[in-house]
Amino acid sequence: MKTRPRRALSLFLLCLGLAGLSLEALGEDAREPYDDFYCTTCHGADGRGNVGVQAPRLAGMEPWYLRRQLEKFRDGRRGTHPQDVEGRAMRPMATPLSDDSIDALVNWVGSWPQAAVAKTVVGDVDAGRRWYAGCSACHGADASGNQALGAPALAGQNDWYLLTQLRNFRLGYRGRHRADSEGATMAAAAQTLPDEQALVDVIAYLNTLAPPDTVAAGAANRHTQLQGN
Amino acid sequence: MTSTISRRDLLQALGLAAGSGALIAAGGSLGMLPTPAAATVLDHARLGRQPRRIAILGTGISGLVAAYELQRAGHEVTLLEASHRPGGRVFTVRHGDLIDEIGNRQYCEFDDEPHLYFNAGAARIPSTHHNILHYCRELGVELEVFVNESKTAWVQDDRLLGGKPIRNVEYTTHLRGFMAELFAKSMTRAELEAPVSREDTEQVLQVLRRFGDLDEDLIYRGSVRAGYASGGFLEHGSSRETIGLHALLRSPYASQLLQASEGETGPILMQPVGGMDRIVSGFVRALGDRIRYRAPVQAVLMRDDGVDVAYDQGGRRHWLRADYVFNCIPSHLLTGLQNNFSRPYRRALGHIRRGEAFKGAFQARTRFWEAQDIYGGITWVNAPIRQIWYPAHGIHRAKGVILGAYDFGHGMHFTNLTPAQRIEAMLAQGQKVHPDYRQQVEKGITVAWHRMNHMLGCAARWTDSYRALNAAEERLMHTLVEPEGGRHFLIGDQVSQHVAWQESAVLSAHRALERFARDQDVAAETSA
Repeated sequence: MKTRPRRALSLFLLCLGLAGLSLEALGEDAREPYDDFYCTTCHGADGRGNVGVQAPRLAGMEPWYLRRQLEKFRDGRRGTHPQDVEGRAMRPMATPLSDDSIDALVNWVGSWPQAAVAKTVVGDVDAGRRWYAGCSACHGADASGNQALGAPALAGQNDWYLLTQLRNFRLGYRGRHRADSEGATMAAAAQTLPDEQALVDVIAYLNTLAPPDTVAAGAANRHTQLQGN
Repeated sequence: MTSTISRRDLLQALGLAAGSGALIAAGGSLGMLPTPAAATVLDHARLGRQPRRIAILGTGISGLVAAYELQRAGHEVTLLEASHRPGGRVFTVRHGDLIDEIGNRQYCEFDDEPHLYFNAGAARIPSTHHNILHYCRELGVELEVFVNESKTAWVQDDRLLGGKPIRNVEYTTHLRGFMAELFAKSMTRAELEAPVSREDTEQVLQVLRRFGDLDEDLIYRGSVRAGYASGGFLEHGSSRETIGLHALLRSPYASQLLQASEGETGPILMQPVGGMDRIVSGFVRALGDRIRYRAPVQAVLMRDDGVDVAYDQGGRRHWLRADYVFNCIPSHLLTGLQNNFSRPYRRALGHIRRGEAFKGAFQARTRFWEAQDIYGGITWVNAPIRQIWYPAHGIHRAKGVILGAYDFGHGMHFTNLTPAQRIEAMLAQGQKVHPDYRQQVEKGITVAWHRMNHMLGCAARWTDSYRALNAAEERLMHTLVEPEGGRHFLIGDQVSQHVAWQESAVLSAHRALERFARDQDVAAETSA
């Protein structure tokens, strides 16, 4: 299993090469090739996130979390609720993906170094710290996440994205699919935040925490040749 | 009840009824008809006192215009285009073309024939858009008339006559007739009670009688204008049965059809022969190898003595140092690039929302609409597809291209459907007008601008409606029109108050070029 991503990647590079060749060989009749590596169109340069299209930072996101979300989007366990506007925008990006292309994407995106994000949410940090006590059991005291519990890092994520997702969990727009167990856990946890102000405050507190170290620094240079394809 | 209509009220009301009101349909938007501006004359001597390195970000019409003029003035221009193709929302789809919608890549499978093309973005040029027409002339882009309205096209509304489609001419003739009758009635009452001179009254009644085809008693009893049920050439024509006013008013088209071809989308528009992207090709020919494709911009960093631009190409990051930048990247994508723009500039960029327009098209096995007396124009369908177009190019050829849906925004209905659902919806709704639609059309394509790669939106939205900008929005617009750091010019219809027209894109580039020239003058004077 360990070698699969690498093999998929080689296959992928081979395909790109072939596409390039056929472009030469077939001349004017050749069709413009395309691939699945277009995340930065929405998620911003180097995956820094883009508030303009409400697409969150991917740079620094844990590979295991990326994989899980791509699979959930693809399989309809996330992004199907009519009120989940951003999720519905993401879902069609994932539906055409094969297991192999998810492997390749996770290798690619998961290798991006952490990008700094601008803080846009202002709230009561002290109140937020108290609310966060309930979150820290899974997401960690420093909000750096916990893979064993399936809880992603929160520190360093775009605050507007966290706010949207907390709202979605509370309102049942996310985490209600019967095959989304992590989502169900989070949807229940979000109910402990009583109102909008509590959501804002807890995110204001998260804004004070330093982002975790780049999770995939070791992989950082391995796949850079794919960038820009 | 006494009538209180005054002569001025009456004439104004009449003006509206006659369709000369200021409300126009602009690609589905409601806006005021802008005053035609004379073609801008650029002084190339002032544009090019000292050669500069200029980066043009994006090859939409505004970027192409800026690059073309700056190159002519002697500057060194470099254009960076994220996509594999130039033109932005000027996009003509033909045989084999990639429609690069993320999550839904399609190749167009139309037959490989010159007349089988589809203008998926810009599709019409009004005769008052002098500046884009100027470039058509200068670049040798051949134009032909675009038929926007065909009185023989259809109107279909489930609420009207049980959903039976009727000809546009039937609907509009009857509506005009009844309206004229109503006005004539108020007129005769006004004659008795209001200060309208006898002479004026006679004149106005004459106009109304002709306008609505009223009889001598000023009553509308139907009109041959609505078409004959039979005969008309060798036999005397017998009229169709008149559709009553109440039935007509059940459909929203009562308020739409009479103004659909007024103002900018007036009956006579133009299109380039062979596809709207002939304009783009004209610019590209002039700019030669100055365009770098598949080169998405990643960073725009303002420096004291220039601008550093990063872009990815061929799997590598490249840096370009420029003296000035002309940028037509959509604002909602700019916010995702690395930049050191000032806070007010970023805030203004973040204000603009993105449009949601959707177009779909089919190849038609036969030009079946010609057998129904339709040679162009638009059928109105009160369903999500909204419109069916019968582009006139290729009249009497074997096959044609038909626009199967044009949702001009304010809803993500089609965008949110899967590719198969979109095609099925277009077929099912088109079938209400053309019963054999499924047999007649094939090879459907869909273009959801909200998801097009490197675009992610259609025309910018500054306001929720098409009202004028409020004071706060005017300030944001001013911030974006001013060159950031004196070196970064934002261009495109996104910094205009009349979005979704190429003319606005051209004018935005001209405005930036004029400002650039003025700043060059000041710099020259300072250093002298």
